[in-house]
Amino acid sequence: MHGFLIKRLLQMLLALIGVSIVVFALMHIVPGDPVRVALGTRFDQELYDSLRQRLGLDRPLVEQYFSWLRGALSGDLGVSFRNGQPVTALILERLPATMTLAFAALLIALLVAIPAGIISAVKSGTALDYTVSAASQVGISMPDFWAGVMYILLFSLALGWLPSSGFTPISESFTGWLSHLILPALTVGLISGSIITRFVRSAVLEALNQDYVLTARSKGLSEWQIVRRHVLPNAWIPIVTVVGLQLGFLLGGVVVVEVIFAWPGLGRLALIAVKDRDFTVLQGAVLYIAFMFLLINLVVDIVYAFLDPRVRVS
Amino acid sequence: MSDSAATGKLAPKPESRAKETLKALFANRLAVAGLVVLVLLIFVGIFGKAIAPYGINEINIADRLKPPSAAHWFGTDDLGRDVLSRVVVAARVSLQVGFIAVGFSLVVGVPIGLVAGYFRKGIDSLLMRMMDILFSFPAILLAIAILAVLGPGLGNAMIAIGLVYTPIFARITRGSVLVVSEEVYIRAARSLGARDVRLIFRHILPNVLAPIIVQTTLSLAFAILSEAALSFLGLGVQPPNPAWGRMLSEGRNFFKQAPWMGIFPGVAILLTVMAFNFIGDGLRDALDPKQKSVIESRGRSA
Repeated sequence: MHGFLIKRLLQMLLALIGVSIVVFALMHIVPGDPVRVALGTRFDQELYDSLRQRLGLDRPLVEQYFSWLRGALSGDLGVSFRNGQPVTALILERLPATMTLAFAALLIALLVAIPAGIISAVKSGTALDYTVSAASQVGISMPDFWAGVMYILLFSLALGWLPSSGFTPISESFTGWLSHLILPALTVGLISGSIITRFVRSAVLEALNQDYVLTARSKGLSEWQIVRRHVLPNAWIPIVTVVGLQLGFLLGGVVVVEVIFAWPGLGRLALIAVKDRDFTVLQGAVLYIAFMFLLINLVVDIVYAFLDPRVRVS
Repeated sequence: MSDSAATGKLAPKPESRAKETLKALFANRLAVAGLVVLVLLIFVGIFGKAIAPYGINEINIADRLKPPSAAHWFGTDDLGRDVLSRVVVAARVSLQVGFIAVGFSLVVGVPIGLVAGYFRKGIDSLLMRMMDILFSFPAILLAIAILAVLGPGLGNAMIAIGLVYTPIFARITRGSVLVVSEEVYIRAARSLGARDVRLIFRHILPNVLAPIIVQTTLSLAFAILSEAALSFLGLGVQPPNPAWGRMLSEGRNFFKQAPWMGIFPGVAILLTVMAFNFIGDGLRDALDPKQKSVIESRGRSA
């Protein structure tokens, strides 16, 4: 297990270095001078000079990369081109909203996917199975922004049950927080749930076809006892993987859904940075999101290895 | 394959395999439904401008925000343009982006996978680590970051989506090459003095095509979704040209008065993506039942 952990940690470190190079390169591939581009019509020589100097753009590229990396490692991702605010503060400010949406969406996804996937596999080939499969197929193919807009149309505009956009911190009002959270979480959660349902179904089906299930059946165990005692413990592993991957995406910020619901998360921060050509903020947000994504992948792999000894050995 | 190798038979002839695959595909009702929708879409994509009842930018303020009627089946938008005509013409954009972006991923990703899987060692590690780095970004975020550098627009969106999906093709190809290059017929060809290039293109590539074909179809679905998301965010197709994602985002401000502005483009995206998913699933069952889609397990992100 130790060998596996060290190998996996080294791989992540390598990937992180690669990611940091790609993210750093972003700003330097932009045709022309990024500061000039960012300032656009608001060009001002004094501001321009101070920004360039502050960003160290007059130094050699390799030196710039290492100084940026050193900063990033100590939590300093530079300042916004637009308003001079520290990028790290901007990211941290957005983090609670992104986390709230990610976990709420995952909760909805699991509440839907686990029962639906198990029932669909146990009742494989029946009308119920086809209905679940068809619904998850629609969920997988549905553009999330369209689903979001349809929910707004139905639950906000037509029925008036829930607010159509915005965010209220839980510290201000619990009901306000919940009512703003439901629609974006449903939008993302049902789509994630459709993907997870398919995996749960196939993992359970595969476990159901194993010899030990036949043995259990011949011992006279009921179908639900078999599922609970023999199938689920074995079907867990692939399910954990796909759930982890989904969480990685959700924590990265679901850009489009955040835009539709005016949700103040990381994805929207990245998009606003693109529109403003605020490259330091974009760099910081992308670096942070990729880091989260890699970290979750690492955790998933470790959990996987913990659950399945074969992975550790191979 | 191992049976045929053990008895010294050759790999099955490509024609008979293609025939069997098609037979299995046509036996799958969902895949057939997907194919029918795809054929219709391609027809609409080619002849869109001729079929569309009105011009895509025919502005008629007097008729703005009109609900669906005999004159305008899908209603009209805020400028009085016919929504049906715009949905029909936008089909071409979606298909074009899908095919070109996935074509890009194929042309770049498959050779990388072939080289990495065939030569192994250092070059394999180098190439695959590079692919891992690209794979470390959530797809839509990477596409947005690339568009931030290249600037918004249809062509750049195709490159961005193509780059995002390249590592998937490299990984799938490499994995299959690793398995196939151990086969007896490859070793036999090598011992007969076949060169690397000939071995790769003549003997290995045809035998790793199945998972690549399946992935291509499924990736088309995701590429079309990604384009719609990017156009929705204003980073893909630029106005006044119609694109389904763009139309939806334009319709957002008028949802109370004119929900049809967003409903129909959304249904068009949903049907197109479902068609490709059905065909992809059908092909997977027919060609390569054991493969699980890498994209699917990665999840979709938008």
